[in-house]
Amino acid sequence: MSLRRTMLFIPGNNPGMLQNGGVFGADSVILDLEDAVAPQEKDAARFLVAQALKTVDYGTSEKVVRINPLDTFGAKDIQMIVPCQPDVLLVPKVESAQDIEGVTRLVAQAEMEGQKPVQLIALLETAKGIALAYQIAQTKGRLVALALGAEDYTAGLGAARTKEGQEIFTARSLVINAAAAAGIQSLDTPFTDANDEDGLYQDALTGKELGFKGKLAINPRQIDVIHGVLNPTAATIEWAEAVVQAIRKAEAEGSGVASLHGKMVDAPIVARAEHILQLARKLGVEVMQ
Amino acid sequence: MMVAADKEEEVRKIGQAGTLESNDVMITVVPGKAGSGVFIELTSIVKDQYGDAIRRTLLDVVAEQGSRDLYITVADRGALDCTIRARLLTALTRAGAVGKKGVV
Amino acid sequence: MKNSIGREIPEVIEGYGKTIPFAGAFTIQPAMNRQAPKVKSMHPGRQKVVDTLESVFQQIPITDGMTLSFHHHFRNGDGVVNQVLATAAALGIKNLKVALSSVFPVHETLIAHMKNGVVTSLDTNYMSGPVAKAVANGVLAAPVVLRTHGGRARAIECGQLPIDVAFIAAPAADEYGNLNGVQGPAACGSLGYAFPDAEYADHVVAVTDYIVEYPLAPISIPQCRVDYVVKVDCAGDPKGIVSGTTKITKDPVGLKIAAMAAKVIEAAGLLKNGFSFQTGAGGVSLAVAHFVRQRMEQEQIVGSFALGGITGYMVEMLEKGFFKKLIDVQGFDLEAIRSIQTNPNHLEVSANFYASPFNAGCAVNKLDVVVLGATEIDVDFHVNVVTGSDGVIMGGSGGHADAAAGAKVTIVVANLLRGRLPIIVDQVLTATTPGETIDVFVTERGVAVNPQRPELLQQLVAAGLPVKEIQELKAMAEKIAGVPQKLKTSDRIVAVVEYRDGSVIDVVRQVNQ
Repeated sequence: MSLRRTMLFIPGNNPGMLQNGGVFGADSVILDLEDAVAPQEKDAARFLVAQALKTVDYGTSEKVVRINPLDTFGAKDIQMIVPCQPDVLLVPKVESAQDIEGVTRLVAQAEMEGQKPVQLIALLETAKGIALAYQIAQTKGRLVALALGAEDYTAGLGAARTKEGQEIFTARSLVINAAAAAGIQSLDTPFTDANDEDGLYQDALTGKELGFKGKLAINPRQIDVIHGVLNPTAATIEWAEAVVQAIRKAEAEGSGVASLHGKMVDAPIVARAEHILQLARKLGVEVMQ
Repeated sequence: MMVAADKEEEVRKIGQAGTLESNDVMITVVPGKAGSGVFIELTSIVKDQYGDAIRRTLLDVVAEQGSRDLYITVADRGALDCTIRARLLTALTRAGAVGKKGVV
Repeated sequence: MKNSIGREIPEVIEGYGKTIPFAGAFTIQPAMNRQAPKVKSMHPGRQKVVDTLESVFQQIPITDGMTLSFHHHFRNGDGVVNQVLATAAALGIKNLKVALSSVFPVHETLIAHMKNGVVTSLDTNYMSGPVAKAVANGVLAAPVVLRTHGGRARAIECGQLPIDVAFIAAPAADEYGNLNGVQGPAACGSLGYAFPDAEYADHVVAVTDYIVEYPLAPISIPQCRVDYVVKVDCAGDPKGIVSGTTKITKDPVGLKIAAMAAKVIEAAGLLKNGFSFQTGAGGVSLAVAHFVRQRMEQEQIVGSFALGGITGYMVEMLEKGFFKKLIDVQGFDLEAIRSIQTNPNHLEVSANFYASPFNAGCAVNKLDVVVLGATEIDVDFHVNVVTGSDGVIMGGSGGHADAAAGAKVTIVVANLLRGRLPIIVDQVLTATTPGETIDVFVTERGVAVNPQRPELLQQLVAAGLPVKEIQELKAMAEKIAGVPQKLKTSDRIVAVVEYRDGSVIDVVRQVNQ
């Protein structure tokens, strides 16, 4: 599973941002054809993003394109963008499994032969989408993550969006739970005040503690802060190595049950430990193989 | 499909795309009289270094799209090749001049 | 002949004279005595205040072929250069050499004086705007001499730039010629660049619109060096003199570069108590200060001093205890003026103290780190800050080459691509600062270390910084933007670029039209 600690939005009709999107070290860049682009410029942004996908080197960042909803420009987006080989499409305003299935069909039609299959992430940003999170998460085939879009969601609820985020606690938990139940990733809503570093830190920490594996970012300045929250500490890496050693020892001894410091090590704990070690490797920390 | 005109080579209306922001380029295509060929009027902050390359890119795209008889005005603010291609394709599309060859 | 960095320099340049080829940053040794200006006397009861500039011209008298000097502390709000030269023109004086430490767009009237022969020679450290463009297009028969800030102080002190009359734009004066930069409507802060002129010119004229009761306090330039005080209606436009608060850049690429530069400083082991630092007033340079400050705060580090052009941001760092002193040769904003006036730890120093290579020690020698910009850098790390991408003069060294030579670690920061243009070239169009004095080049896509600094390279690699060969960065930029065509220049030399020691590091040739 790809690391997606940070997914950085890049406005799709801004050549300067598109050409520099790869330099900030985000795990993913999201070239945005939706909210960042005015309706009369959708065609221009589509051409620009298509060319960027073909020529710009985004380094180690995964290439994601946020398309428009299918009821607006989504089909045209898919038709032009998919052959340019993005890694992932971020599908906005998903409210049902059918929405993802519809996109999946169009993507399959647009893919060239031999192309690496394009994955999908569902952006849940309505009350209905949150309510059906588990149904959506179970869509088979291309879906690799659920992401929460809290601005539209709270607007729809008629709740004020606050820095503390009490109003999205339930939505966050539902998204995390649905994704975990379906075995895919969950990604947290962006923190929209790019100038408030402390606020971002707190918000990212809250998301991490609830169980999110990554966070959307609206400004390159947010990346280091989010990575700082999501990166494992030395103590966590040691713990993860101990967990993996314990489970290997148990396996070598033919026992299905491992324990560490007197506590049972079960499958979810092993999965968490392995995730931490994968992160550590990505960060260049030398850890056990 | 983007555009499926009968005579796709022919420009019917003025098409414009892009901005004057840095790293962008504003391109306007205006239909010329039949047989007038492709004329490019280029202003660029990097004309000394990339003027020839920009012209080459423009002509390549025009040829790929099977367009002819165009007056192309280009105000370049240091756009990369991919941006120039995208803006010209957008301008041609808006002018109804993108050919069957596809759009990218 | 070729100088030591491979630049073709004629042995004799018409309108300049015999050249000394650049031979390395610390090669030339001075062998002369300091310039001795005329000795003066002043009997009790005589007055220094003169009503008009015409009257000063007649009393000195100023004649054809003289050298008139000016400082640039009024920047783009300067009114003194234009008024003095208009007077010269009205009096029919010809063939003047103007030694103005920096030329700004406001000095556009110089062009007319050049065309009609009032001014036939220009000596400066930096020029931007219409005059720079006119010079690049050959308005003067004689090449302009482009110096560094330290080099100008050196040339004046060593008698290589003899000044007949120094006109000193003075924000505040008393009737007996004491001057400062911190009072009056045209307050500009430090008067550092005017000190050598006051010290070594044969005649010194203060031009002011603000005369106070004797004695003025504080005194920056003392009465014993000032012969005349001229009151004019307006010496300068405050809006062009002081900038608003310079803001840290919001450009994410600039911030990325700045953050990386701060990491370089830390990785080089320099971020510790006693740290000394110089950075420019531009958005990216200032952002480096911001990231350095964050780390100083986290690690509880107290620096020694910050140097150079001083902005409100540096004043804040002084006042919050991040640095113990500011050494100020030039202030940029109202905060800098307020601070230099009130804070004894904010020192006003001369261009000579700041950066001259030929004295018993200048301040840049005490720098741990300087962060500088570039319009081009080449694979040998030589930097151009004189000519733009069209080959036209658009800047100058200022303190660039001085600080680079003095600091323990010199960091150049720049976008790998400026618009479409790759910043790294095989050979810069105009060499301003030699590569031997540049240690690290920081871009948004990686960091290059001068191969002459292997130990620094090790430190940066160990710190996990994205270190690359400069050739690799160049190839990366060309892959993105394409390989640029080279500019074609003619043989006509429009400017001579002097290194701080007075040797010729390069010349600017007129661009083919």
